Amino acid sequence: MNAHRCPNDHLTYPGHARCPDCGEPQDDTVSLADRTAEIVTWTTSTATPPGVRQPNHLAIVEFDVDGQPVRALGQLTTDDVDIGDTVTPVHVDELRDPDAGIREPESQNWDGYRFEPA
Amino acid sequence: MDRVAVIGASMTRFGERDDWIRDLLAEAGDACLRDASVPSEAVEHVYVSNMASGEFEGQTGVSNMLAHDLGMVGAYTQRVDQTSASGGAGIYAAWQSVASGASDMTLLVGGEKMTHRTTGEATDVIASLTHPVEYKHGVTLPSFAGLTARLYLDEYDAPRESLAAVAAKNHRNGVDNPHAQFRKEVSEDEILDSPIVADPLRLYDFCPITDGSAALLFCPESVAREYTDDYTVVSGVAGASDTHVVHERDDPTTMNGVADSATEAFEMAGRGPDDVDVAELHDMFTILEVLQLEALGFAETGEGWRLAPDGVTERDGRLPVNTSGGLKSKGHPLGASGVAQAYELHRQLLGDAGDRQVDAEVGLACNVGGFGNCVTTTILETP
Ligand SMILES: [Zn+2]
Repeated sequence: MNAHRCPNDHLTYPGHARCPDCGEPQDDTVSLADRTAEIVTWTTSTATPPGVRQPNHLAIVEFDVDGQPVRALGQLTTDDVDIGDTVTPVHVDELRDPDAGIREPESQNWDGYRFEPA
Repeated sequence: MDRVAVIGASMTRFGERDDWIRDLLAEAGDACLRDASVPSEAVEHVYVSNMASGEFEGQTGVSNMLAHDLGMVGAYTQRVDQTSASGGAGIYAAWQSVASGASDMTLLVGGEKMTHRTTGEATDVIASLTHPVEYKHGVTLPSFAGLTARLYLDEYDAPRESLAAVAAKNHRNGVDNPHAQFRKEVSEDEILDSPIVADPLRLYDFCPITDGSAALLFCPESVAREYTDDYTVVSGVAGASDTHVVHERDDPTTMNGVADSATEAFEMAGRGPDDVDVAELHDMFTILEVLQLEALGFAETGEGWRLAPDGVTERDGRLPVNTSGGLKSKGHPLGASGVAQAYELHRQLLGDAGDRQVDAEVGLACNVGGFGNCVTTTILETP
């Protein structure tokens, strides 16, 4: 789980071919996996597509990297959370069944991080 | 420069239809030509707004297919895909084709056939527009609505009931729309007691899965006068985008794409929010109507939730919103929705909206793709 940084110190997760803020190439990365984040907002989705757990708890979280905020979206391990709670990333090998959805399984990775209350 | 006129408009019944995309597009296209009394051989450009006929049905090449089915062989054809905002993007493309002088008669037909898929499958087709880092978590467009609604209600201390008021209003309007998928009133209590879909949003906060089609016929105003006095003009049209990855926005409750496209469309029309008499907004989710009211300048930031409960957006209010019933009760066949928004405005401006009629000379339609990822705003006026 890496944030990407451009020469002007803008951080994004995920990375892009060019920085969305300034258009410069992003040539640096910062790992977010060992940091904590704060829940910006969350939801529990009960109507999930094929291959997705049901219910699916999701959150947008914000990391603080040396004073720079960078946000991520991910599954939550529980719905026992509130806006403003602190969470830590936990690695999961397969976030949904790659063979059940519409997207070509080989077109992307399916592992990633869930967020767990700290 | 000649202004671009709309001289014909149609929409099919929205809902569960046995017809496939080919039949739906032809039904609306044929009805639109009849509405304008324009022969098919007069049409020079044909645009089809459609998000995913390939993914839903296995049918591609829909614009060429439609031209052949409507007796327009020889016309230039093009499909326009801008996800949920395909219809608005089609209006922009059709406007460009006439305004540039490339075509003196342009037919736009928007359509989608969705109900043969399960809700999960249809949701997945739509969710495929998301970035891989979002998609792998099982994110759906409804879940973005839940995330944003929780943040909005928390940030502005808005009551949950304010979103139910949006749904109740649009359902009331839909009762009087013979083309709407749902023609029944739904009380705020029913909405607040319906099953959770993406907490804190419930079933009635979401538009249904729908089949349907809508069409518009565009030409220069000078040509329009040869056919009819009953036409409207596109005084403003513009599009914009926001981040593809929704969580990369500083504030997910601010719809920058809506604001940018509206600013440009208002500037082109020489109009502002106060000039608008009726609006069709993209209420795919109740929270989206509220966020658009703010981004379009109809309400201050954090105040948009007040408009439905206060009656401002009712048919007899200061700014009637979604007199058609909106996507909420009319239904949301992806590629057709933006076209059907303009159909409603066209009917309202011509005084031809039956039981839904309001007093209007300037109408605005806002068509949103993704969760505000891409947007087209159109302003229609009486000549
Ligand atoms: Zn940058």
